[in-house]
Amino acid sequence: MNSLDPNMVRVIIDASYLLVAFLFIIGLKQMSSPVTARRGIVWAGFGMLLAVLVSFAYPGMSHYELILAGIGVGGALAWITGKRVAMTDMPQMIALYNGFGGGAAAAIGAVELFANSGEMSTVTLVLAIVGSIIGAISFGGSLIAFGKLQGLIKKTVRFSGLQFINMLLLLGSLMCGVMVAFGIHADSNTVALLFVLSLILGLTMTLPIGGADMPVVISLYNALTGLAVAFEGFVLQNAAMIIAGTVVGSAGTLLTQLMAKAMNRSLGNVLFSGFGDSGGAVAATGDVQGSMKPIEANDVGVMMAFAQKVIIVPGYGMAVAQAQHKVWELTQLLQEKGVMMKFAIHPVAGRMPGHMNVLLAEAGVPYDIIADLDEINAEFETADVALIIGANDVVNPVARNDKSSPIYGMPILNADKAKNVIVIKRGQGAGFSGIENALFYLDNTRMLYGDGQAAVAQLIQAVKAV
Amino acid sequence: MTGMLALYIFMLAAFTGYEVIARVPVILHTPLMSGSNFVHGIVLVGAMVALGHAQSTLGLIIGFIGVVLAAGNAVGGYVVTERMLEMFKSSGQNKKKEAH
Repeated sequence: MNSLDPNMVRVIIDASYLLVAFLFIIGLKQMSSPVTARRGIVWAGFGMLLAVLVSFAYPGMSHYELILAGIGVGGALAWITGKRVAMTDMPQMIALYNGFGGGAAAAIGAVELFANSGEMSTVTLVLAIVGSIIGAISFGGSLIAFGKLQGLIKKTVRFSGLQFINMLLLLGSLMCGVMVAFGIHADSNTVALLFVLSLILGLTMTLPIGGADMPVVISLYNALTGLAVAFEGFVLQNAAMIIAGTVVGSAGTLLTQLMAKAMNRSLGNVLFSGFGDSGGAVAATGDVQGSMKPIEANDVGVMMAFAQKVIIVPGYGMAVAQAQHKVWELTQLLQEKGVMMKFAIHPVAGRMPGHMNVLLAEAGVPYDIIADLDEINAEFETADVALIIGANDVVNPVARNDKSSPIYGMPILNADKAKNVIVIKRGQGAGFSGIENALFYLDNTRMLYGDGQAAVAQLIQAVKAV
Repeated sequence: MTGMLALYIFMLAAFTGYEVIARVPVILHTPLMSGSNFVHGIVLVGAMVALGHAQSTLGLIIGFIGVVLAAGNAVGGYVVTERMLEMFKSSGQNKKKEAH
């Protein structure tokens, strides 16, 4: 090893990083189709392994024992928690790991700013500072997102002056950044203050955001962490970090927009106003005509067994009731009887876009009978039965035709167009957003009251008895 | 690497990220977010270099925390993404599994 020219080592490292960037991009590309997705993450995993191994050969490195210990501790903790986490808890776990990444980017910025801020060019300094601020915000924000989804933080803290305080915090950390960048009082106190203010901003920015908006927030912090990593990559002159961070930054921004659009909210609206604040008042609007008509499980069983086509619309309520395995059992029974079965998934079903697909996949439902909103909406008219389990707002037709409704304009699943609509529901209350669901009062709708899992079990018995 | 060259890399990578994700079906959004979360675990490389070059005690402490967090990001992101993607099966694959 000693005989190797340091320049040669640098060339080998850079060439390896090029290969790493290639593996990451190919991996992400393959993750965009369910057929190749599994292979994609394995390719990206090899890229990560290669990147870590060659980085040990970086010129001028020491403290190898600390590096190995750090990787061991962080890696082992993440490995154990990642293997154990239930699929329903996936969103908060992703938030937590993402926060770690942001924290790490901020830590790199801190090491560089405390040690070398005198030697860096202004451009490098600015990038190190911006990366640090973004990383610290993402760290703090992701921790709150984790705490909220995990149920550790139950209250949604919100008071009128909060946005003003957030503004002050942002201005404060930017001011510290400017001072460090241009060498005005650029001592370690200013650097430390910069990190403290950004971290608090991350916390206070996320505290007032409700649980329903968390997917958008997690996705936003994912993109932000990517950007922070890219900026710190500039500082360290590390091409793999620049490319991987930027790819995640832009991909994450696109994902965030898609999610916000699916929820009919703008990003600014999610970050700066509270949804569900006016829940009580909202419920009072929207006049609904007709009445809810109950039905017995046996009748539903007969109806479905003799149907040509049944579309199941699952919502997060199904996952809460842990009914997905029973639902798949019911689906298989009906398939054996020659019924064409489909699942219709709204983009925001679950606690994160695509979360419902993961939960169904866990129960064993193959992805080719699961359709998203654009694919399935034209098919409801040809369906004999639409079975709604634990979904509410995403099938509420007022989103299509009542301009006064707060969810007006939100894309919904057109379950009301099916010949028969069966809604499995615990009680008669309004939905998560407090808005009355006009679907429940339609002439072709029947309500099957009961706990999700128990109701589906009754349906299985009923179909078996036919 | 000059600043200008770095800007070129930044721009091209941004377009690449956008294009790679643009055609992703909604069913894969959760694993994809977790997959991209894994990809920025590359921050581990930077944290290693920062710790490896740290000279002060403060630098060592912050650098060590950075490596721990980054390793958590990389390993955790990989494990959960792999677990989720492992479960996605088509009807054909399901039948094959039952036949075995």
